[in-house]
Amino acid sequence: MTDEPMLRLFYAGWLFHLKNLTNSTFFLLIAVLQPIIFASITFFMFESGSRGGTLLYAALGAGLMGIWSSTLFGSGGAIQWQRWQGTLEILIAAPAPFLLVLVPLTLATASIGLYSICATLAWGRIFFSVPLHFAHPFQLAVALPTTVLSLGMLGLVLASTFVLYRHATAFSNLLEYPVWLVTGLLVPLSLLPGWVSWIAWTLAPSWGIRAIRAAAFGGSSAWPEIGMCAFLGVAYLGAGWLCLRNFERLARERATLALT
Amino acid sequence: VIAALRVFFVGGVISYRALFNWIRPGIYVTTMLGSPLFQILFFTYLGRYTHSESESFFVVGNAVQVSSMSAIYGMTMGIANERQFGTLQPLLATPANRLAVFAGRSLPFVANGLIVSAFGFGIGRLLLDFHPAARSLPVLALVVLVTTCSCTAFGLLIGSLGLRARDVFFGANLVYFVMLLVCGVNVANGDLPGWLAAIGRSLPLTHGIQAARGIADGAALGDVSRLVVVEALIGLAYGAVAYGLFRLFEAEGRRRASLETF
Repeated sequence: MTDEPMLRLFYAGWLFHLKNLTNSTFFLLIAVLQPIIFASITFFMFESGSRGGTLLYAALGAGLMGIWSSTLFGSGGAIQWQRWQGTLEILIAAPAPFLLVLVPLTLATASIGLYSICATLAWGRIFFSVPLHFAHPFQLAVALPTTVLSLGMLGLVLASTFVLYRHATAFSNLLEYPVWLVTGLLVPLSLLPGWVSWIAWTLAPSWGIRAIRAAAFGGSSAWPEIGMCAFLGVAYLGAGWLCLRNFERLARERATLALT
Repeated sequence: VIAALRVFFVGGVISYRALFNWIRPGIYVTTMLGSPLFQILFFTYLGRYTHSESESFFVVGNAVQVSSMSAIYGMTMGIANERQFGTLQPLLATPANRLAVFAGRSLPFVANGLIVSAFGFGIGRLLLDFHPAARSLPVLALVVLVTTCSCTAFGLLIGSLGLRARDVFFGANLVYFVMLLVCGVNVANGDLPGWLAAIGRSLPLTHGIQAARGIADGAALGDVSRLVVVEALIGLAYGAVAYGLFRLFEAEGRRRASLETF
């Protein structure tokens, strides 16, 4: 395929899935309502605790929790959903590479997570008077889409590996809290056992939140974290591509493409 | 009476096996044990960071709250999935006692809620700073039982709405998360704004968690009996409303021939 049709396919797929997910009450719940509720819990915990001046920290963390949830539930079951809807064979048989069909979907699941950040910041501002003063607005404007992109690529890895597990939704249920915890979205990694840092290092949300916090609070430049986030995004794309190729080959060989 | 009891016990078990035939050990472990485990760890570590309450506060709050996962989601599915699976009409065509049909479904979810909650307390004991006195455990179990029954009654209410509503699981999910906020699970009821605290006090879980915290701190059953009674009464009230709605939607469904339409 030449560049133009590829870009058109990518954009059309992303927009279609973005609209589709936006119309889903389930994704409305996990991308907007759930982060607001978790942000409120965290705000109240900060207010009743002895740690002050950290409400923006909580709003950003809760927002990123929403991005992770929408990526996890949206991308984790992406291939299974196509199977249930009977569209998987059509997508695989289409002349476009399956990777180009799936990446817009996983990226869309991460993109609707942006609702989470907007929702928690607006909620925090209106009901908890969270000050929305960002130290480096330009760095923040780069950090946010980079984080979403890298989570979208992580979604590709989830989509292409969870398909091997028959109960992907149950597995998604399991992975929501642990990733919130080990990536330091709300709880600093220094409070967790040392080995957790090694896991956090491989996960894009931990670099994403560091970049967003550095851009929001200042003190240090966000560029190294943004760079790490981008690097992980490329690594996930490579890993996802390999896993997807393997899945496609096995499904064709064993004639299990449409089997749920 | 014997027929009603048979419907209550045997019917309850059969309906569970029929509606939840998709449950496998892998699903159960990841969803019913894995998720609560990490929920307890997440909020306890967040509590450590914010210095808002003691570790015991978060362990007890979340260990009791996770029992509502089975109670609310399970019970909602236990009623609403009859409609989804197309088995509601044959069920309602039987002359069986409706109260027995309705209430019998709750038994497996109460038992399940107790198991999940016990697992949560076990995690708190093994991994976190939660060391209740051994003599408090039977009373703690009683409080959790009452709270789980109360949450199951609330789940019955949402399940009954599923006989009419198009997307009842959105409601079940939303209620589950709202309970995490307003029922004193991670934020003491007194630290919430008045209107949120009032919502929390009108829901199951709030008084049960308060009672469980008291017991874990060494109080006797007599000291928290008022809270346990209020929790039970709230459960009974929701159960009564749920049964009323179930009968109402059944009658309406028959009148309009809309039992299984969406």
